[in-house]
Amino acid sequence: MSWLEYTVFIATVLALAYPLGTYLAQVCERRRTFLDPLLRPVESALYRLLGVRDDQEMSAVTYAGCFLSFGSGCAVLLFLMLILQHALPGGPPDAYLTTPMTVDLAANTAVSFTTTTTWQAYAGESTLRYLSQVAGLVAQNFLAGAGGLAVGFGFIRGFARQSSATIGNFWVDLVRSLLWVLLPLGLIGSLALVWQGVPLNLSPYTLAHTLEGRRQVIAQGPVAALEFIKNLGTNGGGFFNANGAHPYANPTPLTNFIGMLAICALPAALMITLGQLTQRLRAGWLLLSVMVVLFVGGLAVCDRAERAPPPRLGDLHLVGGNMEGKEVRFGIGESTLTTVVTSNTSTGSYNAQHDSYQPLGVLVPLTFLLLGEVVFGGLGTGVYSIVMMALVAAFLGALMIGRTPEYLGKKVTATETRWISLYVLSAPMVVLVLTAVAVLTHAGRAAASLNTGPRGFTEILFAYASCMANNGLALSGLDANNVFYNTTTIIAMLAGRYGLAVLALVAAGLFAGQRRVLPSSGTLPIDTPTFGLLLLGTILLTAAVSFLPALAMGPIVEFLAR
Amino acid sequence: MSFPSRQPDEAHGEAASPAAPGATNVRLVQQLRPALLSVLALSLVTGGLFPLVLFAIGVFLFPYQAGGSLTLLRGTVVGSRLIGQDFTGPEWFQPRPSAAGNGYDGTASGATNLAPDNPRLKEGAAGFAGIRSLAAQYRRRNGLAADTPIPIDAVTRSGSGLDPDISPANAFLQVTRVAKVRKLEEGAVRRLVARHVVQPQLGFLGAPRVSVLELNLALVRLQQQAAPASRAAR
Repeated sequence: MSWLEYTVFIATVLALAYPLGTYLAQVCERRRTFLDPLLRPVESALYRLLGVRDDQEMSAVTYAGCFLSFGSGCAVLLFLMLILQHALPGGPPDAYLTTPMTVDLAANTAVSFTTTTTWQAYAGESTLRYLSQVAGLVAQNFLAGAGGLAVGFGFIRGFARQSSATIGNFWVDLVRSLLWVLLPLGLIGSLALVWQGVPLNLSPYTLAHTLEGRRQVIAQGPVAALEFIKNLGTNGGGFFNANGAHPYANPTPLTNFIGMLAICALPAALMITLGQLTQRLRAGWLLLSVMVVLFVGGLAVCDRAERAPPPRLGDLHLVGGNMEGKEVRFGIGESTLTTVVTSNTSTGSYNAQHDSYQPLGVLVPLTFLLLGEVVFGGLGTGVYSIVMMALVAAFLGALMIGRTPEYLGKKVTATETRWISLYVLSAPMVVLVLTAVAVLTHAGRAAASLNTGPRGFTEILFAYASCMANNGLALSGLDANNVFYNTTTIIAMLAGRYGLAVLALVAAGLFAGQRRVLPSSGTLPIDTPTFGLLLLGTILLTAAVSFLPALAMGPIVEFLAR
Repeated sequence: MSFPSRQPDEAHGEAASPAAPGATNVRLVQQLRPALLSVLALSLVTGGLFPLVLFAIGVFLFPYQAGGSLTLLRGTVVGSRLIGQDFTGPEWFQPRPSAAGNGYDGTASGATNLAPDNPRLKEGAAGFAGIRSLAAQYRRRNGLAADTPIPIDAVTRSGSGLDPDISPANAFLQVTRVAKVRKLEEGAVRRLVARHVVQPQLGFLGAPRVSVLELNLALVRLQQQAAPASRAAR
């Protein structure tokens, strides 16, 4: 039954890719769209207010600098809001806010939500005021998502232009991403969630008297304001502790499906945007096909691992797959689909608890995190995740046949290769070093005390892989709200967001300065199945070389020992 | 960081064209004002204006859902249609085990987070029932033999600890017990369960399920209908 759902899902993402990709290209290039009569005046007013000259353009370095300063400003604002939240008016009542907002937790949350990571070391219903959730987190879900989309636009221009010293204006891209993409889609999607049952209120927690004569207090809040944009902006942090598993956050299979579409549709469409603006549409479709192949492969493994009756419970005469940590309304199918979608797209909005997944069920999301969000990827940031790997593939391919490496009509020379290599090496360096530090220190090990052995190690590796990928998924057996994890995960989140974006933008700036090379007989074609296989191999081999030993110590040994 | 400034881009919408887009280059230090103001102004738009508009439309169109889909019985809130709650008495259909607080705590959603190879998951620990004892308890309560297959959702804890649903198979296995304790005809209770099975949404989304609270509310109504009838028969 689930394969029908999987097929419909992938087909919908692919069907939306062309129209959405065309629309995103119009937004990127400031062409006319049907929303212009409504939004142009707002846009100009915002530029006047912000002091933005929209006729000015930026070099890649200035562009990256604006992205960095915007992100830092947002982080400082959110940090102040969180640290002062006890002074904010409104619900929920103080008695329910049992987790103290310490300085390290506030800093972690501020960085987390301004980098689209939304790693959450806290439980929403017992930590945050409604006002912090809305004015703080909802805002940052929009802004971090729009910042990412802006960087994606800037990166694409690096390949779309030639002999250009500039790659666009960050503020223009930011404002247009918000006005033309995230705000309108966010409003429609959020309303759809309310229709399906996601609460939108500022009530104190509800006291219910159950049929059996007990009392149940039910957490409430402006849940719908956060739950759609968390997916659309590829952020992922939920209103409640259980995130997308919580029936208020994700009440029906349809809300789950809408959420998964919101996550994948725009990043997938950006491949078409890239193809259109570089006038190599087939290369865009090829990138999308490689993504779908990886996606289906992961889905097959994860589905199989979770659907099988749990091997260790074999003597208890139970019927069904692994339902520990899963919700009945989603079943195995929608749970594994969500696992594969969220682990790929820098969106940690899980609807089942991965720490209770089987070893291979954990291996799949962990591998996708370590691949660096190449399948669809984060909003905007996913463009450079896959293109950087394609550049490596083009380089390797050209070396094999003795031709000059080219991709999307740009030469990959020694100068660009330096930045690309740094980019590819960043994730292994950050993730493995931080994991090693955690494993070697008492504070790092003490947090992984619920599940020990290989799973304890996997929890630590997963945490840093997730933060580096700006994803936010967690194996929640890890007790992450302490100074050690709150500070070390900040390092990974900053490196994953700004480190990678700066390297990608600098490379894009170099490509923008080049003239476009016309395809000749000496060019390695980049839109053939052969190149697709080469790219697939490059993605998998690069990750295997870096991470196979670590994976062997975690989920692989756990699988073999079961 | 300074580049020679160029002519303003005339063909702004045509950056994909071979023509080189020349542009005025700006320095980073000039971008302090946009950086500061954009953080504040755009936060206000997205964290203030957006939620206000959403509230205005959402609460107007869907007041019941916006309020948390609360279920009332004779004017009292008995729970939310969406949020699972605990039923322990033998006269009720019982939900899945829960790891939210001390069980179905609506202010502390959460799961066990126990790995499949963690011995606590199957064998339990002090104050924590493992799957083995949950299965034994389920069989004892429902009068099932030790080797009767039982649906796995009946003995596993959900991701939120607030799962409102159980699988249809789980509900049907509880019919005999509930009918017996309530002195209702078993066939009537079975039909009630069958009527409350929710099929996958749009035919292919999610898994079939039964809402425990809605089923128990229907049970109360069934009993009310049955009670006057049986009195009349006497």
